[in-house]
Amino acid sequence: MTSPAIPAPVTGEPLAWPSGSDTTSPEPRRGPQHWLKVAGWRHLVGLLALVFALFPIVFVLSGSLNPTGSLTSPDALFSVFSGQNYLDLFSDPRYPFADWFRNSMIIGFTTAAGSVFIGACAAYAFSRSRFRGRRAGLLGLILLQMFPQVLAYVAIFLLLMTLTEVFPAIGLDQQLGLIMIYLGGALGTNTYLMYGFFNTIPKEIDESAKIDGASDARIFFTMILRLSLPILIVISLLSFIGTLNDFMIASIVLTTPERQTLAIGLYQYVNVSFSQNWGVFSAGAILSALPVVIIFWFLQRYIVSGLTSGAVKG
Amino acid sequence: MNTSHATTWGRGFLLKLCLMALVDALGVYAVILAWSRQSWVIAAFLVISLIAANVVYFSRRMTPAKYLLPGLFFLAVYQIFVIAYTGYAAFTNYGDGHNSTKDDAIAAIEANSFQRVPDSAGYPLTVLEKGSDLAFLVTEPDGSAALAAADEPLAPAPEATFTGSKATGLEGYTTLALGDLLQRQSEILALQAPLGEDPSDGVLRTPDGSTAYAYLPVLVYDEAADNFTDTSNGDVYRPSEDGRFVDDSGQALEQGWRVFIGAKNFTSVLTEPSLRGPFWSVLIWTFVFAISSVALSYFLGLALAIVLNHPSVRGRKIYRSLLILPYAFPAFLSVLVWQGIFNPQFGFMNTQVLGGADIQWLTDPWLARLCVIVVNVWMTFPYMFLISTGAIQSLSSDVMEAASIDGAGWFQIFRLIKLPLLLVSTAPLLISSFAMNFNNFNSIYMLTEGGPLKHPTDQAGSTDILISFVYRLAFSGVNKQYGLACAISMMIFVIVATISALSFRRTGSLEEMN
Repeated sequence: MTSPAIPAPVTGEPLAWPSGSDTTSPEPRRGPQHWLKVAGWRHLVGLLALVFALFPIVFVLSGSLNPTGSLTSPDALFSVFSGQNYLDLFSDPRYPFADWFRNSMIIGFTTAAGSVFIGACAAYAFSRSRFRGRRAGLLGLILLQMFPQVLAYVAIFLLLMTLTEVFPAIGLDQQLGLIMIYLGGALGTNTYLMYGFFNTIPKEIDESAKIDGASDARIFFTMILRLSLPILIVISLLSFIGTLNDFMIASIVLTTPERQTLAIGLYQYVNVSFSQNWGVFSAGAILSALPVVIIFWFLQRYIVSGLTSGAVKG
Repeated sequence: MNTSHATTWGRGFLLKLCLMALVDALGVYAVILAWSRQSWVIAAFLVISLIAANVVYFSRRMTPAKYLLPGLFFLAVYQIFVIAYTGYAAFTNYGDGHNSTKDDAIAAIEANSFQRVPDSAGYPLTVLEKGSDLAFLVTEPDGSAALAAADEPLAPAPEATFTGSKATGLEGYTTLALGDLLQRQSEILALQAPLGEDPSDGVLRTPDGSTAYAYLPVLVYDEAADNFTDTSNGDVYRPSEDGRFVDDSGQALEQGWRVFIGAKNFTSVLTEPSLRGPFWSVLIWTFVFAISSVALSYFLGLALAIVLNHPSVRGRKIYRSLLILPYAFPAFLSVLVWQGIFNPQFGFMNTQVLGGADIQWLTDPWLARLCVIVVNVWMTFPYMFLISTGAIQSLSSDVMEAASIDGAGWFQIFRLIKLPLLLVSTAPLLISSFAMNFNNFNSIYMLTEGGPLKHPTDQAGSTDILISFVYRLAFSGVNKQYGLACAISMMIFVIVATISALSFRRTGSLEEMN
């Protein structure tokens, strides 16, 4: 049996979107009829897919600009334009959107940076050193991936109740407590992926640096991390999105409205008299999604190659 | 030459020294804190971690450990410990009514069983305050004053000042005015001031803030015999195996404690009628949901990739940039937006697309299941489109050309050559995607909360997958069943781990690991 072709983990070059076929010149023109037969129906399929993909987003964008602010007035899309919902979003003390936004950003960035760093360190050890328990460690990490933290959230809740009594700063209703929980999941989710990337960086580079007198730490920080920077950014982004999306753990840890995150806050918005809050919710959704979508767009060619080598959006 | 730099003086070493000093300072502080709160386990764990950190980072060897330690620390606490604890709790009856230890349960039962001594005389009462603590100043039948508070048994208070024959003030205490009495009403009504050191002496309570009465415990605990006796009728409650005090007729006291119940949580899922039905339907639906989400979105994404990845199609990059949007849009928001689209009265689907139809998208069991899958496919197909496009572009064209020279048709090439090759190269990603969807809590909970429920008392709703079923058992029900929830969590783990292990072995993707 031949060993199956796994999408190659990223090496320096394929990080870019494979654009080979884009640059080949299109077939010679043979008139509109031929175009219809070859490319026309493809565009039709593409357009249908675009409608399916985009209409919920267009719908929420339209809702955010409609000042009547509710689902109860079923206007056609974009019949009215107003920024009123965006103003309302920041003026309701019951729903502190600005706090949620800030909290989500702080928790997301801290978790992303921390977990990528922790994961990269571990991946470096697995990739570059040979030590007892290495294989068992790698297998253990794969096993841990099968047990996502959400499965243990009852235990997490009980652990935090105990920690609250000893160290209130990392206990219940504390963002630091939540970040530490996320960091606990870092090794399980990121290490194996980065281990694959680090393996593709030639060992000769470290060896020659070592001969020149560089320490392990220096090789790691100034060479390995720098060479794999694009993929580290992609993994941070995916980790950031994963944190942003988490509802389950965040909702059992954070209870004070001002300390909660966007996922909990906007969910409550929708849960309480949804139809009246629709406009303001839409505005909140657009503002919350904007940073992620923009980063995503800028990094898409890196993301695509990162995805094909195994990252799954969490 | 491989000289270690662990203790060579230099900029790096100084930086490390500073960092370790910080870690040690924080660590020692935490140990002291844990020690002072008598959390021996936490203190011991911290001491071991601190020693390990210092040994590892100041050693000249152990290079791998230097890089593994930070991750291992968090992993140990927030993943390995919680998994182990989940495993432990799965074999207990932890939950409402069995929340704590036996000693706590005994104390709670005693505290809850006080009843006013029938026909006993009342003590004229003045409520006092010291700091924020309340105290009762009562006038005894002989005219003297006595003071009692929550943690101070009744004792004579000779310095009390009297208004008429009633003691109304005491030095060092503030007498509460009527307004304060009203404001702190619930605190005052809940206060139990002991009459003596022994709980069986009874307590003073007040129903109105102006008269206090003696209350005696109805249930008295006998330490030697380890049972409770009901003083009103002589019933004896003995500890039972499932962690409660039960009398001869089978009547149990409300407060129980946590005990090991063996595999009962696991067996009751499979045998108890009220759980067995919901569990099996949830299990089947979890598989249907995860498999159909992955399969549908994969084939949709693959089809799009094949159609659009053709040299004659211009603007492929524009298509990609736009099709990536549902994937880039944060998932929890997408689900909430779709909830608005499917709203039966005002949603876009009924009012605009179907011109005023009245379809109960999310409250009809089968439509709700359909909606959950549609929404999930919407969120995942761009991902599948991206990975399929990548896989197609990395296919070698030689085989295809050879096949077409041999006279194979377009469809034959696709079915016999392209599809198998693509499946092989994307299989590991599909397995991961399946494992993720198996526990896709957001997609279910934020759209339907696992509902609709056929009956309000049902244990599981029509769209509940295992993980949302666990959430319902542990947090959203009337009766919180942590032990049972943990048992099902462990079952999910076993299912996902088995499936993933089998399929990874089949696809051989672990062979690369050396």
